[in-house]
Amino acid sequence: MTSRRDFLKEAATGVVVLGAQGSQGLARALEQKTEQEKSRVIIARDAALHGPDGKLDDKRVGDLLDRVIAAYTGRKRPVDAWKYIVLQGGAKDKVIGLKTNGLGGKGISTHAVLAYAIAERLQQAGVKPGNILIWDRNARDLEACGLTISHDPSRVRCFGSDSVGFEDAIEKWGSTKARFSRILTRECAMVINLPILKDHSMSGVTFAMKNMYGVVERPQDLHAGGCNPGVADLNAFPIIRNKIKLTIGDAMTSVYEGGPGFRPEHLWRPNALIVGNDSVAIDQVAWGILEKKRAEVGLKTLEAAGRPPRYIGTAAAETHALGVNDPQRIHVLEI
Amino acid sequence: MKRSTLPLIAILVTSLLASSALTACKKKNANPFPPSGTVAGWEKSSETRTFAPKDLWQYIDGDSEQFIQAGVVSTVTSDYKFQGQLEAVVDVYTMGGPDGAQTILERGQTKEAQAAHVGDEGLQYSQSVSFRKGPYLVRIVAYQSSASAPQALMALAHGVEANL
Repeated sequence: MTSRRDFLKEAATGVVVLGAQGSQGLARALEQKTEQEKSRVIIARDAALHGPDGKLDDKRVGDLLDRVIAAYTGRKRPVDAWKYIVLQGGAKDKVIGLKTNGLGGKGISTHAVLAYAIAERLQQAGVKPGNILIWDRNARDLEACGLTISHDPSRVRCFGSDSVGFEDAIEKWGSTKARFSRILTRECAMVINLPILKDHSMSGVTFAMKNMYGVVERPQDLHAGGCNPGVADLNAFPIIRNKIKLTIGDAMTSVYEGGPGFRPEHLWRPNALIVGNDSVAIDQVAWGILEKKRAEVGLKTLEAAGRPPRYIGTAAAETHALGVNDPQRIHVLEI
Repeated sequence: MKRSTLPLIAILVTSLLASSALTACKKKNANPFPPSGTVAGWEKSSETRTFAPKDLWQYIDGDSEQFIQAGVVSTVTSDYKFQGQLEAVVDVYTMGGPDGAQTILERGQTKEAQAAHVGDEGLQYSQSVSFRKGPYLVRIVAYQSSASAPQALMALAHGVEANL
């Protein structure tokens, strides 16, 4: 999560230090600089995340989270890593939202254990329980994740937009109009996006950017054209650009076909968490993961199936400039 | 035939047609969900939710589009629990006609599917059963897998079929 300014400082310092080491040192420094300019996506896996009974091992999920966040922040101790995330997100003493996705129902929703593990670590990093708000479209979706609804300000809160409503004002970006959840506009200073990786019958892939459909009143208006440019437009609204600081993507369980609903016949366990702050790069990487699985089971590519996630390219284009989709400019770190 | 009997026959035929239409209508609007205990081991564990085509996205997001294109008229859904452990959801889509139900049933079918003897045509996987009967498309999905799931799901499928 190094800012451009921080990076330039680090790079300048590095060049001075390396100056005495000659041209090879400089070349290495430039190479390092190019690497650092790439969008970083961290994929952490644990093959034993699900037990023989098919249930998630809560302890291993926590360990996996610590591992991926350590790699993302460069801070080994979870408490330091989370303090850094809160500070970088400008959310010290403010409300931090954890946006889940429970639309697919019980079998294919963001796992509660992940949301609670993050909430626990945020508290260890000094965030008051009431300043943590786990949220989604409605109570039903949250319960589908296995979460318990709570409005108690002395505890981690958990409720849906259905209980607080949407802003009256209609916001516009390009030709897209939306009314945003008051949880996003009024409660949260920063949001950590917790999508779940799925195949999608219209958009091809649903993960980081598509999860924002759950923050507006009428997501159905954004589904035309394979959700393109709907997904890209929605993510271009300043309120989303400014508040979504980090994505911790749940790829512990997924559906590679027949999504976004629960299709046990197409269920698959990648046993992974995918983390980064560039939603476009994350979706691009997730698309590759989904295609690889589809190829393994002999399914057509999403392109051949008539539903490539074109919104990813739109989001990366100059018109939107939301992130990077060029694989050459994405540094994928698998741990 | 005497001229005076013709109006009587016309009234009789009209009544019969009206009566059969009413029966069909009643059948179409009948509750497809077996009450708790009707199918051995199964409890209806939630209220029934109903969605008009325009609201179907609230339930199944992007999936709604394929149902709308296939002519869905209404959707009802309810959760079930088998022997207090296995959780499942039953979705009943009323389509405009049998073609729409067939379109949806065939979509997404994989080679692992086994023919299920329920309704006009049925498919079974280890954790789900789907079938069509007339204009109805029924999908029953278990959230967990277990050795008893396939048999239990089939029993529930027959229970739903009997109400259609």
